[in-house]
Amino acid sequence: MARLARLRLDDREVERMAAELSKVLDHVARVRELDLKGVPPTSHAVDMAGVMRADEPRPSLPVDVVLAAAPEPVDGGFGVPSPGPGGE
Amino acid sequence: MSELIELSAAQAVARLRAREIDASELFEAYRERAAADELNAFTWVASAAPEPVADTALCGVPVAVKDLFCTEGVPSQAGSRILEGYRPPYTATVVARLAAAGAPLLGKTNQDEFAMGSSNENSGFGPVLNPWDRSRVPGGSSGGSAAAVAAGLAPWAIGTDTGGSIRQPAALCGLVGVKPTYGACSRYGMIAFASSLDQAGPLTRDVTDAALLLSHMVGHDPMDSTSVAFPEPITLPSAEDLRGLRFGVPEELLGDQAGAGIEPGVRASFEATLALAEELGAEVDTCRLPHAPHALSAYYLIAPAEASANLARFDGVRYGSRVAGDRDLETMYSETRAAGFGPEVKRRIMLGTYALSSGYYDAFYGTALKVRTKIAEDFREAFRRFDFVVTPTSPWTAFPLGSKTDDPLAMYLNDFCTVPMPLAGIPAISLPSGLADGLPVGFQLAGPAFSENRLLEAAHALERAIGFDGSRARA
Repeated sequence: MARLARLRLDDREVERMAAELSKVLDHVARVRELDLKGVPPTSHAVDMAGVMRADEPRPSLPVDVVLAAAPEPVDGGFGVPSPGPGGE
Repeated sequence: MSELIELSAAQAVARLRAREIDASELFEAYRERAAADELNAFTWVASAAPEPVADTALCGVPVAVKDLFCTEGVPSQAGSRILEGYRPPYTATVVARLAAAGAPLLGKTNQDEFAMGSSNENSGFGPVLNPWDRSRVPGGSSGGSAAAVAAGLAPWAIGTDTGGSIRQPAALCGLVGVKPTYGACSRYGMIAFASSLDQAGPLTRDVTDAALLLSHMVGHDPMDSTSVAFPEPITLPSAEDLRGLRFGVPEELLGDQAGAGIEPGVRASFEATLALAEELGAEVDTCRLPHAPHALSAYYLIAPAEASANLARFDGVRYGSRVAGDRDLETMYSETRAAGFGPEVKRRIMLGTYALSSGYYDAFYGTALKVRTKIAEDFREAFRRFDFVVTPTSPWTAFPLGSKTDDPLAMYLNDFCTVPMPLAGIPAISLPSGLADGLPVGFQLAGPAFSENRLLEAAHALERAIGFDGSRARA
């Protein structure tokens, strides 16, 4: 799970979190006791769909402004390490 | 100077408009107090008053802003070390609107990391202290905003509420806090925690200030497709009674079993406020929210699930810190996030990743979304008979620092009266109902979507009758 979340956890953290999350999951799993057959899911509390804004061109932020907070800008772009041999 | 601090924000606006006081003097009075902050409420304070803008509605009364809001060129760290020193290239719509209305930025306030917490102890920049008792928490996640206003370090502040993050710290610090209807305020530039729940709102000394600040926050924003045009202007409340209003007290949250965790002092203040409401003409009766006991579970599946997706953007590429940049890409991601996120954020990311993972998605996340439907239905049903659903905001008053940090579940349980409303997208207000053992207690009213004006009117009538005095925390 930590790998899926791109989060390195050391053994101590894994142990502690497993115990804490088991307790939380035991509690939240009670929702499964409810009879919810035929109930539609709500992913959004306000009923709206397909909201579009006017398709009008407007200026973007300048590249140097966007890159100002990047840890490693390279040639006008965001620099990242090589995916490497173990990369996917 | 101290006379300026004792003015409510609305009173300050009136005095500024009459040219009885000076806007830069007012700003400087608060700026000095904010800069000398001993509560760790601020993470950044403006160095000088901005150039005054003539003829604005709020006349230059400055506002403190939770660090979750992006502010151009000003540190916006969301309480996280992963964003340490981050200065965004743009300003959140709500903050820009307030500035245009004449409420310039006084400072950025401390918070639980990415708004995950109920005590402000999850900040990467240290806990905030409660001005009523510095050995206690101010609540969270908008704890810095609450402490700053309560202590008179800011005239008013804005925060964000996902599961109670405005209302609960308002309750624990003796303030008024409003969680507006979902979509009322633009989320553009608010660093996202759980996008289907997050809403900005005011934390203020009184109900009038809350209405005034909120009136300049709401409105459709083309930059946030979930924002909606508020159907009417937010007006300043004037109600002095509650005649003709029906208050529903939800049995499922406050009955013998569910309500067992409510502290006696909180219970007593709540009951006294109900009696007062009846004296003011309200009808008070028990109402039913059959699925409310499951709201906490649904919330702690939905919010972490959304957070696990939203926080994927903190990967050491576009902003924030980077660790192990000389290694391969995936190692850089994992190490950056391991070093930058605190324990609570890691817990929620793991919980959300689990709830969304193949094989568990339907059982956890999918089920939670259905519970959400039932909770919204419960409220709709309750509002056929009642104008408002009322509860204590928090089952506890401000608790001692460190007293609940070892048990994440116990901390989550604090939210059982505040999570049902954001799940249903409806507005709620918390106002101080009195003191229990010298600490403020919050009374919550929730109404149907876009009932903000009616909530503010009712809260105003109650506030007048309660006569809460928060001046001790400013001393």
